[in-house]
Amino acid sequence: MRYIGRRLLHGFLLLVGVSVLSFVFADLAPGDYFSELRTNPRVSAETVAALRAQSGLDRPLPVRYAAWVASVLRGDFGYSLAYNSPVGPLLWGRVRATLLLAGTATILAWLMALPLGIWNATARGKWGDSVSKVVLSFLLAIPELLLAIVFLMLAVESGYFPAGGMVSPGWASLNGPERVGDVAWHLALPVAVLVLGMLPTLVRHVRASMAEAIDSPFALSARAQGIPRRRLLFRHLLPAAANQLISLAGFSLGTLLSASLLIEVVMGWPGLGPLFLEAIMARDFAVVLAVVMLSASFLVVGNLLADILLYRMDPRIRMK
Amino acid sequence: MSRRTKIGAALVFLGILHGLAIFAGFLAPYPYAEQHREFPYLPPTRIHWSGLRPFVQDGARRYPIQFFVHGRLVGVEAPGVIFLLGSDAYGRDLFSRLLYGGRVSLLTGLLAAFLSLGLGLALGTAAGFHGGWLDQILMRAGELVMALPWLYLLLAVRAFLPLHITTVQAFFLLIVIIGGVGWVRPARMIRGVVLSARERGFVLAARGFGASDAYLIRRHILPLTLGVVLTQATVLIPQYILAEVALSFLGLGVSEPVPSWGNMLAEAQQYHALVAHGWMLAPGLAIIPVLLGYLLLADTLLESRNQ
Repeated sequence: MRYIGRRLLHGFLLLVGVSVLSFVFADLAPGDYFSELRTNPRVSAETVAALRAQSGLDRPLPVRYAAWVASVLRGDFGYSLAYNSPVGPLLWGRVRATLLLAGTATILAWLMALPLGIWNATARGKWGDSVSKVVLSFLLAIPELLLAIVFLMLAVESGYFPAGGMVSPGWASLNGPERVGDVAWHLALPVAVLVLGMLPTLVRHVRASMAEAIDSPFALSARAQGIPRRRLLFRHLLPAAANQLISLAGFSLGTLLSASLLIEVVMGWPGLGPLFLEAIMARDFAVVLAVVMLSASFLVVGNLLADILLYRMDPRIRMK
Repeated sequence: MSRRTKIGAALVFLGILHGLAIFAGFLAPYPYAEQHREFPYLPPTRIHWSGLRPFVQDGARRYPIQFFVHGRLVGVEAPGVIFLLGSDAYGRDLFSRLLYGGRVSLLTGLLAAFLSLGLGLALGTAAGFHGGWLDQILMRAGELVMALPWLYLLLAVRAFLPLHITTVQAFFLLIVIIGGVGWVRPARMIRGVVLSARERGFVLAARGFGASDAYLIRRHILPLTLGVVLTQATVLIPQYILAEVALSFLGLGVSEPVPSWGNMLAEAQQYHALVAHGWMLAPGLAIIPVLLGYLLLADTLLESRNQ
């Protein structure tokens, strides 16, 4: 338990650090939402100053930081000047969409990578392993951005899949199961791109750590004792390889979210990515800060979950 | 294939690809911004042969392809045009733009990787060799940088910098952002190497003979980091090329009319009838051989380091 407590504290401190740093950077940034207004001859300098005072942009940095932290603790991420609405409600739908996309893709990718990687590790040196290695290397060299564009193009051309977005226009009038089906139909392409992007790396790591377990002395002795192959693979070797794989899952979260950002933008998936981009273009720092904090918390929470899982799975960590 | 041949082949392949971009000024039939407004979205020009002499045809007129004209490898007499990969919305030659765009994208990858390896080497060596508070500060700072998903971090840093800047400024800004943000991973790995090197017998012996820190680092420690630096370079360069492509694609990097593979792809995507103009995807496809080359290099280097 002390181990988990330490990890929790560590994650919390990281988030505090990120928030302070991004606040300072946002302050140093030239221009804010109102700097465009200032160049407009029809808006007087006094109006701009008044607007800035109204949104609290003229107060000193520590005061603003304290106020921001206080409001974030109340679940309020400030006020978006570009969208003219509180940031909170703006965010939640986006967070749900991003998590739905990234979560589905992660589960599917692991479900495919585990059997494939295990099979490759057992078939090392045979043609099946070589073929899958070549195919996966080639897949690794295709940028997700290109995949997303091509998939979208094929979707538009064939008409089998929607051309982006998360729901069809008449979604509100559908009933429960139809709504789920509609979202799943929209989810298919972005998830496919994400899975194809993740798969080569995952398979490679599964193969490597399983190969290590297979070559270990305890695997040899287990085989000598006549433990059936399947039981050996899944009951003895997979748990031994799991340590590295769980670390990888936590570690690859950042890559996953980054890839997801691009795919969301290309495919019009209403997640955090497009919102982030729009906020940057509009210099809407309240939204930028909120998205930065959220993406950092995804990583911190993801790594924390991986740590807890490791703690449960690997007795070596519990002993420390 | 032996490992040596593999590395050699990958290097030659990458050399050719980079050479194509470097000599864009000679190889490209047109300057990157030259517009032929009368030919928007022209499909790739067909090349005909009369005997051994190639020519292009426009209606009934024939324009022979000339070599070494106006300081360029190929060209045809106006009003004939030669668009080897077709043209874009403004009738600009996609092939020429691809070569010039490769300059921007590949150079960003190389320079940014150079920057972050340099930073990683300096900070990693400092942290590993000095240890103590310096190590603590640098490693905690590294954790802060790694606390954000990579692309979110790049965008956030970009967000806090001016949006409207010239192309040259944007180019250097990209290098500084991408390279500056990427120091953590190389620094950590180099720190690990330095930590173990510091305790090696010959280093301790040299120290016992009164060698200064600067001498130890230069003569004994830095050479040991070479392997890590090289493998990291082969991993980072393609990653940074993709970063440039992503940022320019999103409109936060190099902007029109200067081409980069990223902003060229953005153009392709904007145009919803990409179906009808498939050649607009060329910049995206051009990334694939570059990534393959670096992958082969990285894999081979890793293999030889593991044995």
